[in-house]
Amino acid sequence: MFGHDNRELAAVFVGGAIGTVARAALAVFAAPHPEHWPWPTFVVNIVGAFLLGYFTTRLLERLPVSSYQRPLLGTGVCGGLTTFSTMQVETVRMLEHGAYGLAAGYTTASIVAGLAAVYLATVLVRRVRVRA
Amino acid sequence: MTAVIWLGVALIGGAGAVTRFLVDRAVSKRKSSSFPYGTFAVNLSGAWLLGFFGGLALSPNVALLAGTAFVGAYTTFSTWMLETQRLGEERQVWFALANIVASVVLGLAAAALGLWMGGLL
Repeated sequence: MFGHDNRELAAVFVGGAIGTVARAALAVFAAPHPEHWPWPTFVVNIVGAFLLGYFTTRLLERLPVSSYQRPLLGTGVCGGLTTFSTMQVETVRMLEHGAYGLAAGYTTASIVAGLAAVYLATVLVRRVRVRA
Repeated sequence: MTAVIWLGVALIGGAGAVTRFLVDRAVSKRKSSSFPYGTFAVNLSGAWLLGFFGGLALSPNVALLAGTAFVGAYTTFSTWMLETQRLGEERQVWFALANIVASVVLGLAAAALGLWMGGLL
């Protein structure tokens, strides 16, 4: 399709389906109110950032090149599990409700924790010595 | 919530991820800069679309399939964070900062615009 590797697209599709079901299940069963901290989105985003840091570093720097693990686990599962759009719409809803402190805190905490999660996962993978 | 809806969430989520992969590639191919334009374009367009769906006041199941499943899977927080952290690691601090500030400011503007436009219909 469109001149792409179909097996790579299939890997992204399967991973995306798995990540999306996990995120949607959490969003449906723990739907937050606009004036409360959106734990479902926050948790999937930080967990997904950690996993992507782990998979990407491990696959690019530690393991032999494999064609389908990165599209399946990184682009698919982590991309499907995490969401930028929901975070932004949630923040706009907070601003509409006049919850400015919550909106600023949510945005800042997501970015700080997200970057820290990627960094931590990267350091953990690099600390493990590659066996010769 | 029926099994059919959850099968739909899985299939539509997979389609959202594939759409992100294709849009990211198409945009990145046209830009030779180390700024992650592909993810940036995906996330801004997705923030607008999710806002638009939110403004339409869809039924819960349609909102779950179109918004949570498709747009949620189309956009990505993890890649945004990974690319920003890697820019910082490569000492491209201005690109890293710009990627955060521009994504947040324009992402909120896109979501608010989408909500407003959806509400007009």
